[in-house]
Amino acid sequence: MKKLMKGNEAIAEAAIQAGCRFFFGYPITPQNQIPEYMSKRMPQVGGCFLQSESEVAAINMVFGAGGAGARVMTSSSSPGISLKQEGISYIVGAEVPCVIVNMVRGGPGLGGIQPAQSDYYQATRGGGHGDYHMCVLAPSSVQEAVTLTQDAFDIADRYRNPVMIMGDGLIGQMMEPVDLDEASNRKPAPDLQEKKWAATGHVPTEDAPRAVINSLYIDPQVLENHCKHLQEKYDAIEAAECRWQEEQVEDAELVIVAYGTTSRIVRSAMRKCRALGIKVGMIRPITLWPFPEAAIRATIPTAEKYLCVEMSMGQMVDDVRLAVNGERPVEFYGRTGGMVPTVNEIVGKIKELTGYSEDILSQAGKLFNDAVNAVGAAFGDIGKKIDETVKSPEFAQKTETLKKQAEDTAAKAADGIAKGADALATGLNKAIDALKKQFDNNDKGGEQ
Amino acid sequence: MEKQFLVAGFGGQGVLLIGQLIAKAAMRQGYEVSWMPAYGPEMRGGEANCAVVVSDEPIGSPLVSEPPVLVAMNKPSLVKFMPKMPKGGVLLYNATLIDGVELRTDIKVIPVHCNEIADQLQNARTSNMVMLGAIREATDVVTQENLIETLRDWLGEKKAAMLDINKQAIIEGEKVVKG
Repeated sequence: MKKLMKGNEAIAEAAIQAGCRFFFGYPITPQNQIPEYMSKRMPQVGGCFLQSESEVAAINMVFGAGGAGARVMTSSSSPGISLKQEGISYIVGAEVPCVIVNMVRGGPGLGGIQPAQSDYYQATRGGGHGDYHMCVLAPSSVQEAVTLTQDAFDIADRYRNPVMIMGDGLIGQMMEPVDLDEASNRKPAPDLQEKKWAATGHVPTEDAPRAVINSLYIDPQVLENHCKHLQEKYDAIEAAECRWQEEQVEDAELVIVAYGTTSRIVRSAMRKCRALGIKVGMIRPITLWPFPEAAIRATIPTAEKYLCVEMSMGQMVDDVRLAVNGERPVEFYGRTGGMVPTVNEIVGKIKELTGYSEDILSQAGKLFNDAVNAVGAAFGDIGKKIDETVKSPEFAQKTETLKKQAEDTAAKAADGIAKGADALATGLNKAIDALKKQFDNNDKGGEQ
Repeated sequence: MEKQFLVAGFGGQGVLLIGQLIAKAAMRQGYEVSWMPAYGPEMRGGEANCAVVVSDEPIGSPLVSEPPVLVAMNKPSLVKFMPKMPKGGVLLYNATLIDGVELRTDIKVIPVHCNEIADQLQNARTSNMVMLGAIREATDVVTQENLIETLRDWLGEKKAAMLDINKQAIIEGEKVVKG
């Protein structure tokens, strides 16, 4: 059964259904419904909700619970996520799995409380100090937020690494119908091993030796080896966990790259542009890291240009440029600081980049060209058919067939000419109308 | 079919609830829906609005920047959003609280005396339900029966006693549009 839920509430419920039993957080808009919901639900499932004294405390509590093998989550928004970076770096270093939600708001500094995507660099490049990455998942609907939150716990456990859910504020605040039937009581992925590395106070055995949760490696050679081991995990994540969605890219001359709520606005703009005959498609990264570079590269043979749309001054556009590697122009359109791009702004940008003209006279010219081409093609067809037929050795015996073929070809040609003439007439009519309008306007102008 | 609504007013007028009930009722009727709030940090008195999209296909943008249907519960909302409406749009406004605004002539305008009607019903808090009834009648986005059932669910058992007065307010709002 479907239920109308806010993204924030849906993420919290999805986490609980995926076995998350510890939540530590500190309030900040626009993610407050997550801790609010957790404060109500955690006691009902025998879990622990704790509002900490600060973001720094919350992330270190996550470190502790994760180190003991529990499924644990924290959530915050941009300024709060900045505060958590030290802890996140420690958690990565100690190879502890956890899920971190960032409902991004405008920055820098305290910024504003309205939605943004300006934490892309921070999220995809690690954010804290040291050589590291987090898998970053970016939902574009409330239902997808449920799926990705649950997958995040599996990915975190699989690689013993934090996973970030990055929403753009709108995802947290928006209400949409959600089906939680599939999500309820979700079991961990079957490939996941028992957490024998966890510090549970167990008696050390050969199978599960004494557990130490640590990110300090004083000997540089040992640390380099550790970083190489982490890198192997990142390579494995890049190979196995990359996700994206493609929409109408097959014939797209302009390929747009957008994620989260921005991709929804782009989708509406695409519908409008497709109705005008503009060949535009979209690649929506679902994982921001690993970035779906291969998917973008696969469109290079058919795409003429790329456009990256973000709620930032341009961050993901760097990854698109790295993927395209100079083979095609990559343009950018963005709003930031809590401003959200509108459908019409994006439509305008698409028209500009594809050279679409609203001018009726130039449209009539294009139709005229199409008509001439159609007539030309039809005549060319006749010539080719006659040529082939005359050269054929069975020419003499097949007069009957020839007659029929000639009739067919003639019909085709007539059809082509008729189509051409129709297109020509429509084009000319439109042009005449436009001219009339212009004259009318001029007349009106004269009266004034 | 896609219908877009922008419901705007000040915090405390129940504008977010108007939008939520439209979205919930439309969802009950099998449509795809989205509800998107926008409000400041204030508990009461600040600007508040919500965008509702109802569609029979998956919804693209959940935002409504050029509202074909604008519901303005107070004057600042009307002044702010009326210029953004497309030609032929439908404007429903709370005529009790709004006057002295030059209204556009290229849109359909429906004045609703929300607070006066609510006062006549002897429950000032139902003014948003009066408007909800007017929206339903003017746009036919959901059936009356479905809207009342959605309201019954929303009130739940604890507030079941409030159903009648709110239902009455919805019906009075519908009457305004029927004329």
